[in-house]
Amino acid sequence: MSKVFVGMPAHAPAGVGALHASESFPAAARTALADTQLRRNLGAATTTIRAKREAVVGELADWEQLRLAGQAIKAATMARLDEHLIRLEEEVTKRGGVVHWARDAAEANRIVTGLIQATGADEVIKVKSMVTQEIGLNEALAEAGIAAWETDLAELIVQLGHDKPSHILVPAIHRNRAEIREIFLREMPGVEASLADEPQELAMAARAHLRRKFLTAKVAVSGANFAIAETGTLVVVESEGNGRMCLTLPDTLITVMGIEKVIPSWTDLEVFLQLLPRSSTGERMNPYTSMWAGITEGDGPQEFHLVLLDNGRTAVLADEVGREALHCIRCSACLNVCPVYERTGGHAYGSVYPGPIGAVLTPLLTGVLENPSLPYASTLCGACFDACPVRIDIPSILVHLRARSTEQTRKPPSAEAIAMTLASWVMSSPRLFGWAGRAMRAGRLLARRGRIRRLPPPLSAWTAARDAPSPPRQTFRQWWRHRDGGTP
Amino acid sequence: MTARDEVLARIRYALSAPADPVDPPRDYRRTGEHAPGAPQLLQLLTERLTDYKATVHSATPQTLGSVLATALHGTHRVVVPPGLPEEWMPASAVVDDGDLSYADLDTVDAVLTACVAAAADTGTIVLDAAADQGRRAITLIPDRHVCVVRAAQVVQSVPELLTRADPRRPLTFISGPSATSDIELQRVEGVHGPRNLIVVILND
Ligand code: SF4
Repeated sequence: MSKVFVGMPAHAPAGVGALHASESFPAAARTALADTQLRRNLGAATTTIRAKREAVVGELADWEQLRLAGQAIKAATMARLDEHLIRLEEEVTKRGGVVHWARDAAEANRIVTGLIQATGADEVIKVKSMVTQEIGLNEALAEAGIAAWETDLAELIVQLGHDKPSHILVPAIHRNRAEIREIFLREMPGVEASLADEPQELAMAARAHLRRKFLTAKVAVSGANFAIAETGTLVVVESEGNGRMCLTLPDTLITVMGIEKVIPSWTDLEVFLQLLPRSSTGERMNPYTSMWAGITEGDGPQEFHLVLLDNGRTAVLADEVGREALHCIRCSACLNVCPVYERTGGHAYGSVYPGPIGAVLTPLLTGVLENPSLPYASTLCGACFDACPVRIDIPSILVHLRARSTEQTRKPPSAEAIAMTLASWVMSSPRLFGWAGRAMRAGRLLARRGRIRRLPPPLSAWTAARDAPSPPRQTFRQWWRHRDGGTP
Repeated sequence: MTARDEVLARIRYALSAPADPVDPPRDYRRTGEHAPGAPQLLQLLTERLTDYKATVHSATPQTLGSVLATALHGTHRVVVPPGLPEEWMPASAVVDDGDLSYADLDTVDAVLTACVAAAADTGTIVLDAAADQGRRAITLIPDRHVCVVRAAQVVQSVPELLTRADPRRPLTFISGPSATSDIELQRVEGVHGPRNLIVVILND
């Protein structure tokens, strides 16, 4: 689409990786909505996780202060992103690591492929990394004759099922236990037909399947949750121990990380280590967190490479409203509370980043013309903002992107139609939802520090239709909690 | 232009109208109500760990030997780090000199280590690969991890915990045994890491 000039922020190019949807959101959503099994699976899983999250968040009296601190740390980091990255590079290098920079997906894939080839290995073990899905690393490695083994249980289910991830935290959330058992029986060598569809047994089958790989692998590829500039420390948060295996046992470790993952100081981590586990798995702390700075003699990989990836992030940074989307710590809380996500699932978003954050981050990374329907994949009810541990104002960014897509395509009516359809799905069951959400949303958006001066479509349509609603009798959250109890 | 220079140039261009950086507010709770090692913290740590399916014992210097024997019951070979205190050393100890292969480690029954700190609020134990904890592989491959936590190492909050860990060392934060929530978002204990975590809180 647009020409790229040297030194100018650039969007993520099409043709590689998993950011460009092959069909529009409404078309994909229609297929998903027809799948009742999918909706049952999603409904059950998101109901479980919402309850767990609320319980552990409720334990912390200072939750709001933590959110404010998290938001401010991220904003301060972005304001000096260049300096923090340079410091990170210095510290990692000082401790024996090698830092690489990649402008986009294709360049990152070339770097990683070359590093693996240099070790002579023809297979790698991987620990869950959204960014390597974003850039299509596994496909690039396969082309070079390198097998990539996903080791995270959910990733394994997706890989063995020849499927696509549909959730940030639990990529196989669209599968229930019976379906997972089927996949294991079909794809895992040596699995007994007596395997029960019990989560415990399924997890044990995965353990047995991957054990040898872990003990013999020479190269691992990982993502990172955080990277601390002042100390050069990388942080990976996980549950199963596959992360520890990948980060500890191989000779060579290659970590691919988006440039927005850097945080300035060790002290900053105290905020995110409280926000992330409670928001994502609904635990006080996840079972394992691994941290390392460069290389330690006699302990862990003796070769460490860090690949810092742009792939559209600088274009997001250049968008003064949208740049907040770079604060995301990928907890997935916004997905779990989103009424649209709960009905359509993650595949409908056509990107590795689904749900409310995906609806803003994907078009910001690719340019809104590449994913014009995603900013409409929301009812603007505001539940995502309330759940977000770093207070990303997703509704405002959605509205901003809608305005932008209307400006660029000059085709507002069809977009409006999409949004109205979406709203009707959500409102079709308890109508109260629509009224409460709508009134709250309009108020929220108007009240926001003057960033949005006019209401672009479809809000204009909705506000025009707001002649008769009675004031909401309960807030969205009250309604939602009530709804989980089964009585709307 | 190298990729490095170009990405940095893009960032600077994107920030040409930067938002004012504000100092992040730090008015969240940083220290707990209880001093390190307070009985309330030992109690809370026990509850949190148990909640996430770890087994917890408490011991005094006098009872430590028998408590460790219970924790290591049924094991034949127990790998230990080179700097484990002499008086904790089990009879079946295999001292890791850094030469044990991963295959060897896969055949031992358990690992016994110390730790560097623990947080009661979250039930988290931190290992920093010091001589009494060993390289990371020894606490990862064996299926049972017995970890001795000294009372004075127990703090209340996550911020306090981080002040006791050195980010330049390899760190492992452990909160319960290996687990997954990947099937229908229900937590199941025991995947790739040690399936049994036994914590001995030593009141010394
Ligand atoms: S936008 Fe916020 S709630 Fe959503 S995944 Fe990112 S950090 Fe979590």
